[in-house]
Amino acid sequence: MTALLRTEGLMKAYGGVQALNDATIAVEQGAVAGLIGPNGSGKTTLFNVITGYERPDAGEVWFGDRAITNLAPDKVFAAGIGRTFQLTRIFARLTVLENMLVAAQAKDRPRNLLSWFGRDAWTHHRRHALELLEFVGIERHADLLAGSLSYGQRKLLELAYVLVADPAVILLDEPAGGVNPTLINHIADRIRQLNADQGTTFLLVEHNMEFVMGLCSTITVLESGKDVVSGPPDIVRTDKRVLDAYLGVDLEEDPR
Amino acid sequence: MSKVLKGVGLLALIAIVIAFPQVYTNPAVTNYGVFALIYVTAASGWNIFSGNTGYISLGQAVFYGSGAYAMGIAARDWNITGTTVFALLPLSMAVGALIAVPFGLAALRVRRHTFIVITIAFFFIFQLMAFNFSFTGGSSGLGSPFLNWPAATYNIPFYYIALAFAAGTVAIAWLVRRSRFGLQLRAIRDDEDRARGLGVRAMRVKLSAFVISGAITAGIGAVWFYYINQVEPQTGFDPLFDLTLVLMAFLGGYGSISGAVLGALIIEPLTLWLNTQPAFSGGSLSEILLGGIFLIVVLFLPRGIVPTGGELITKFRTRGRAAIAPATTIGSNPRTAPAPSSIGDGVAGGAQ
Repeated sequence: MTALLRTEGLMKAYGGVQALNDATIAVEQGAVAGLIGPNGSGKTTLFNVITGYERPDAGEVWFGDRAITNLAPDKVFAAGIGRTFQLTRIFARLTVLENMLVAAQAKDRPRNLLSWFGRDAWTHHRRHALELLEFVGIERHADLLAGSLSYGQRKLLELAYVLVADPAVILLDEPAGGVNPTLINHIADRIRQLNADQGTTFLLVEHNMEFVMGLCSTITVLESGKDVVSGPPDIVRTDKRVLDAYLGVDLEEDPR
Repeated sequence: MSKVLKGVGLLALIAIVIAFPQVYTNPAVTNYGVFALIYVTAASGWNIFSGNTGYISLGQAVFYGSGAYAMGIAARDWNITGTTVFALLPLSMAVGALIAVPFGLAALRVRRHTFIVITIAFFFIFQLMAFNFSFTGGSSGLGSPFLNWPAATYNIPFYYIALAFAAGTVAIAWLVRRSRFGLQLRAIRDDEDRARGLGVRAMRVKLSAFVISGAITAGIGAVWFYYINQVEPQTGFDPLFDLTLVLMAFLGGYGSISGAVLGALIIEPLTLWLNTQPAFSGGSLSEILLGGIFLIVVLFLPRGIVPTGGELITKFRTRGRAAIAPATTIGSNPRTAPAPSSIGDGVAGGAQ
């Protein structure tokens, strides 16, 4: 097995806070990998660094055999890494279908100025977009403004438009956060299906342990910006350092 | 049916604006037409960039003045006179586009309030340059070459040139709106970081819109200059110009193509008329009135005439039946599922 996405010794400080401190993770091709850790352990920062929203102070990000450290977010997406956000981010004043089409454009670079203004170049994405909306189950709302969707539907839309460009890796930031149990199962099923049918690799941050343990083949634990344990769910679940990190027993002795 | 109606309405509108100076030949009246069309162009040009991206530019006068000065300086230095001066319009537009590149590269790195402040700073830099350089004529500004046209019909060619600019600008605005380019601009407006994460090359897209808007504004600035025969630093680079464009767009409907046109057609003739009234002589009273209109619009009609009017019409047409079937698929939550009447409000993210 080869690592499709890996980071090497990532460092990132905000003022005096060391958000990432030698974070080294590897996600293997075709895996559904989990990233867990207490609040403030650097999970979202790690996502931001991988997807180009933040520049690391030191360290490298590798996608296959390509270094993508410091690549701009649009280039990272074009390279094949899609992501969702912890607080869902959709284009509220565009329709659901238009939201999908925004993502579709990364795939085909217009050849000249005229095709930039043309419609034909992206109308053929429409069918694919509708299929994906159907896949996540919100195709009926295609013509609604995305801002009128419920929180759970927004999560599904965000997942759907990341899928438009057919990324090799999808980073999900708390896909099960703040949604009802039925929907959590629905989302987990979609992830499994994508992973099985298309071989899409996932890296997901999640606090819902049931969700993570049921879905992920490997789990990496982040604490104070450093990866402390990595392995299959059963190993990670019983690791003392994980229990410490999560239970946070000795608050007073916390080195931070 | 409504498409046919729209087409007929559009044709009627085109016929009216073309026939206008033939019917109302009085120069005092055609003057209103010329200025209204200049502002239709400028407000629509503003709207192509600011209306789509949500970046409120208060620096459009940079382009307006630069276009005017470019024409004035070129005509003076190259000894161009008469109708040949109109051949300099593309040059003015090119100057506007060229200025928009460094202006945009600097200003578009920041967002919201900071962006607005930087556009204002650029505006003052350009006004100061016009005041202080010798090639701009300093504080006395530039005069344009004399046009040997009879006073009775002097306005009419300008009317049609401004009309061509206005029609072209509205057409470009429409093309942008329905294109992938426009979709990317509106995605940037809603959430720029998210758009970048979906492969939208934000800087390039924003800058392109800014350049288009700059070229249009510079072109119409040059038309304005030749029409009124002179430009001074404080009239070419006029802070009121920027505020007026924003007021026009907000009154008509921020982000809507017809809104910018409507706003310009209301505000500009109103301002001109007020300035001819003895009670408002000196012009400053009409500015106070415009400020009052601005307050009323922002407080009571924040989305402008066109979107609010459109909503009322939809409400009227669909009364008695649900406009949109309620959401029932997986993931819908009865409490947060959109009620038909709240969809419009959801657009603004509950800002009201």
